[in-house]
Amino acid sequence: MLEIRNLHVSIGDRPILAGIDLDVKAGEVHAIMGPNGSGKSTLAQVLAGREGYAVTAGSVRYLDRDLVGQDLLALAPEQRARAGIFLAFQYPLEIPGVANVQLLRSALNSVRLQRGESELDAMDFLDTVKSKLALLDMDESFLYRAVNEGFSGGEKKRNEILQMAVLEPRLAILDETDSGLDIDALKTVAHGVNALKHPERAVILVTHYQRLLNYIVPDHVHVLAGGRIVRSGDAGLALELEDRGYGWLIPESGSLEEMRP
Amino acid sequence: MSQPEVSHPDARNAELRSRVADEYRWGFVTDIEQEVVPKGLSEAVIRLISAKKNEPDFMLEWRLQAYRHWLTLTEPTWSSVHHPAIDYQAIHYYAAPKSGSQPKDLSEVDPELLRTYEKLGIPLQEREALAGVAVDAVFDSVSVATTFKDKLESLGIIFCSFSEAVQKHPELVREYLGSVVPYTDNYFATLNSAVFTDGSFVYVPKGVRCPMELSTYFRINARNSGQFERTLIIADEGATVSYLEGCTAPMRDENQLHAAVVELVALKDARIKYSTVQNWYPGDAEGRGGIYNFVTKRGDCRGDRAHISWTQVETGSAITWKYPSCILRGDDSVGEFYSVALTNHRQQADTGTKMIHIGRNTRSTIVSKGISAGFGSNAYRGLVKVLPSAANARNHTQCDSLLMSDHCAAHTFPYIEVKNPSATVEHEATTSKIGDDQLFYLRSRGLSEEDAVNLIVNGFCKEVFKELPMEFAVEAQKLLAVSLEGAIG
Repeated sequence: MLEIRNLHVSIGDRPILAGIDLDVKAGEVHAIMGPNGSGKSTLAQVLAGREGYAVTAGSVRYLDRDLVGQDLLALAPEQRARAGIFLAFQYPLEIPGVANVQLLRSALNSVRLQRGESELDAMDFLDTVKSKLALLDMDESFLYRAVNEGFSGGEKKRNEILQMAVLEPRLAILDETDSGLDIDALKTVAHGVNALKHPERAVILVTHYQRLLNYIVPDHVHVLAGGRIVRSGDAGLALELEDRGYGWLIPESGSLEEMRP
Repeated sequence: MSQPEVSHPDARNAELRSRVADEYRWGFVTDIEQEVVPKGLSEAVIRLISAKKNEPDFMLEWRLQAYRHWLTLTEPTWSSVHHPAIDYQAIHYYAAPKSGSQPKDLSEVDPELLRTYEKLGIPLQEREALAGVAVDAVFDSVSVATTFKDKLESLGIIFCSFSEAVQKHPELVREYLGSVVPYTDNYFATLNSAVFTDGSFVYVPKGVRCPMELSTYFRINARNSGQFERTLIIADEGATVSYLEGCTAPMRDENQLHAAVVELVALKDARIKYSTVQNWYPGDAEGRGGIYNFVTKRGDCRGDRAHISWTQVETGSAITWKYPSCILRGDDSVGEFYSVALTNHRQQADTGTKMIHIGRNTRSTIVSKGISAGFGSNAYRGLVKVLPSAANARNHTQCDSLLMSDHCAAHTFPYIEVKNPSATVEHEATTSKIGDDQLFYLRSRGLSEEDAVNLIVNGFCKEVFKELPMEFAVEAQKLLAVSLEGAIG
């Protein structure tokens, strides 16, 4: 579904990613772990199309029916979203005065139009969204609050997963969705993500800690350090990291502020 | 047999023209025979206007007093707007479609005019009209048609052109004209008092709740003409009325002057809601042409518990200079001002309100949303004045600015004068720039950049839009979207 080859990315003159290779197949869950500053969030943002990063080498192929042969990096963020890529933000943005339900509906309809489906009217939309609210144990009042405005940290993260549940992406990238969550919220979010697992869908979990992986078990775990994947393995690798920290995996030259998760 | 795909220069030009026209969709000119008074301003011109309108002596006298006073005034320079000097002798002060005297009903209205209003989406034909909206349409200097007049008359409501009111209800005109905005008020209001040609007149009798929205549509058509309309709305004791106005003008390279006056009088327990969607031609991207909109609007809460609410959405005009205000004279009276002002390209707006607290327990609310894009300049200018008599007066002001480019400007000039120690006056202000992060967030959910901008802007304006009648709120959102096309990037 996703083929990343030799991806190099910098901000200004500063290289952040220094040759990433990654294959993600439909139905798989990949965890990308690593210490702070290793480039995890950059990778997530670049895949979603955030401007301000310079891709200096490499390619990303997203094997969607409509995008065969196209480099994902050439597409605008909205084109990627409509093609089924979803990024759950580490820091979701507030949009004052815009009701959550309004954004959800605009987003879903833009994605549906791309898929060749008709726009949902207000009633059908409400039915759809209510079933997703239940999945995440969210109250209906969420729909009528302004997008993320005055939301607690946990509410913001749940709201991201709600958007994901409504949009039903083919490739979901969750950027540090576990950060700032207490254990109950973490379980709810994990439950929401697990409920969306599907043979046609892939998930990339970007996370600093192992604890999310107790609830969402990954098929593959990759450790990112110094802008490269320095180790890949199965779920066992995450447990090993929990024990040993990141230090043993980091090349000598890597000067990283925080070695342990 | 297929033609090579080379676009013909003419075809390209046509496409370009249609694209340009797309930015201002109301920019067409109606080809209609005009009756215009020669350019320039003099006592003779004022006498001619008054004679054309067959006015009683008190009106002519009032106009001449205003004109003589105007000659002693100079154009004010305190606002933040800049423009080349206006040549007041180069303006036609009266322009009217040449179809003789005032039409009695729609069948007497020039079909070309009816087509114009059809293009603008104004329902003049009662049978096609949106139920619940009575329309008075003003084309250049004269009122063209007033719909639903009979239905309103049965309730004792007078809704007609100003000219007709002068003929049929001179006692009301005489009593209230200039009682809120005197002819000595300010340079532009004084000019208006001398030369105003038409406008709307509303009187709602005691205890009557007007059952439909009343609406006026102003249209400037003639070249080199000014539009000087005057609107007077009186809500008698316990009466309620909601009034809407909309405005458009053709696209022209030269600037045109629009200097209107609106006076509202709310007696005891009366309630007036006045909504404006102003979409005069704003000029092109380089700032050529456009309307100079210098308007004086003021409401007088003359009785206890009177309530006046102004809502405005200002997206048009090269220059907007207006401060819809409330004089809170009656005890427990309430004044409100809700405003969205958008300036794109080279537009300038200096707008706000004045809330003058005189009565006890008077309350006022000000919500101002300024949006600046391109090279636009947007200023909020407001005065909250609490007189010694206004015990327990309260005001809350919220003033937000949204910046959409690196070249635009937003200014806030709040003036607060409190002369009673029991008053509570609050002022909140924010300035924000539409953020790349916000845009990316929305685009990563599948929204185009344009839709993302519109969503953010509509959210920003929500508190004001919810004050507008439903159809107008939808219209205002569309207008904002059109005015902001290409504003980002």
